[in-house]
Amino acid sequence: QGLLRRSVSHSFLSFASITGACRAIQKLTRVRVVDNSTLGNTPYHRPPKCIHVYNKTGVGKVGDTILLAIKGEKKKALIVGHKMPGPTMTARFDSNNVVLIEDNGNPVGTRIKTPIPYILRQKGEFSKVLAIARNFV
Amino acid sequence: RVSSDGKLEKFQPPPKPVIIDKQKQREERRFLSPEFIPPRGRTDPLKFYIERKDMIQRRKVFNIPEFYVGHVLAVTTADPYANEKASRFVGICIQRGGKGLGATFVLRNVIEDQGVEMCYELYNPRIQAIEVLKLEKRLDDNLMYLRDALPEYSTFDVNMKPVSRLDHEEVPVNKLQVRMKPKPWSKRWERPKYNIKGIKFDLPEKKMKEAQKWSQPWLEFDMLREYDTSKIEDKIWKEVSEGLK
Repeated sequence: QGLLRRSVSHSFLSFASITGACRAIQKLTRVRVVDNSTLGNTPYHRPPKCIHVYNKTGVGKVGDTILLAIKGEKKKALIVGHKMPGPTMTARFDSNNVVLIEDNGNPVGTRIKTPIPYILRQKGEFSKVLAIARNFV
Repeated sequence: RVSSDGKLEKFQPPPKPVIIDKQKQREERRFLSPEFIPPRGRTDPLKFYIERKDMIQRRKVFNIPEFYVGHVLAVTTADPYANEKASRFVGICIQRGGKGLGATFVLRNVIEDQGVEMCYELYNPRIQAIEVLKLEKRLDDNLMYLRDALPEYSTFDVNMKPVSRLDHEEVPVNKLQVRMKPKPWSKRWERPKYNIKGIKFDLPEKKMKEAQKWSQPWLEFDMLREYDTSKIEDKIWKEVSEGLK
């Protein structure tokens, strides 16, 4: 089920106001893990948050790697979609989507149901992630 | 002439055929795409004239159908990173923006519980085909509130068959009142600034009255904001129809 805004999902209740300003992914953004890995899908009382963006600027767009804090652990992840409108002819998603990844680039999960933008094929290092993706946009 | 009875019958001329001149019907209803109308400003009209020439050139090669906000479109784009080098996206048009060659339209669809919006440029050479799958206008010009509406209002089947076009007559208006997710929304759609008629507000009366505090009833009478486009539209329509013959 999709992450509805303000709905109780993954048993965390966020009464804090949700910022709508910079809608790409930076430090402390709450993200939504999109693959079927156990780490990403088991409920926890805190949502997965970004703690570092591997980028010159601290702002992550589609195709950037970030460090995620999930269930008290640090895990790398790949951004597959964000709420910020990008260049025209690219998709804009209603939630910040992320796929968990190992240090060598192998995805942790085995299936990705949500649509993935085609632009990820440009960088050759994500072919394994794209291989487990079902839908493309 | 002898009838079957054998008696002579008075010659009955055959009924005259009724010629429905479809071209005339089509011409009576004319549609000028909104990106042809230049915005109000102090720019040299030569710039808009050159842009219009380029737009007409592109339209001669590639058919851009008539569509409004609320239509369900399927767009095939050329993509170097796609599987068959072409990607198809189906969605409802929620906004048409921009003027001239940079005119854009945003399509929205919900795929696998994930809302996706694609902003396409009308005159981008990467676009290979635009098909209108469902023809219906909505009550508003801008359907951005669909982002805060229940996802069922933005879901459209990707393999939808195009609904057959009735006639070259009016486009039907769908008076659907959309139900929203619980507040807060991305924008305060109940405020009169957005002037939305297509939402079924379940808010208490108090909130609706409070929203009316931000109404600006003097705006519609403001003469400096008037921009009468009828004459400009007539000129541009003549230009465009001549260019596209």
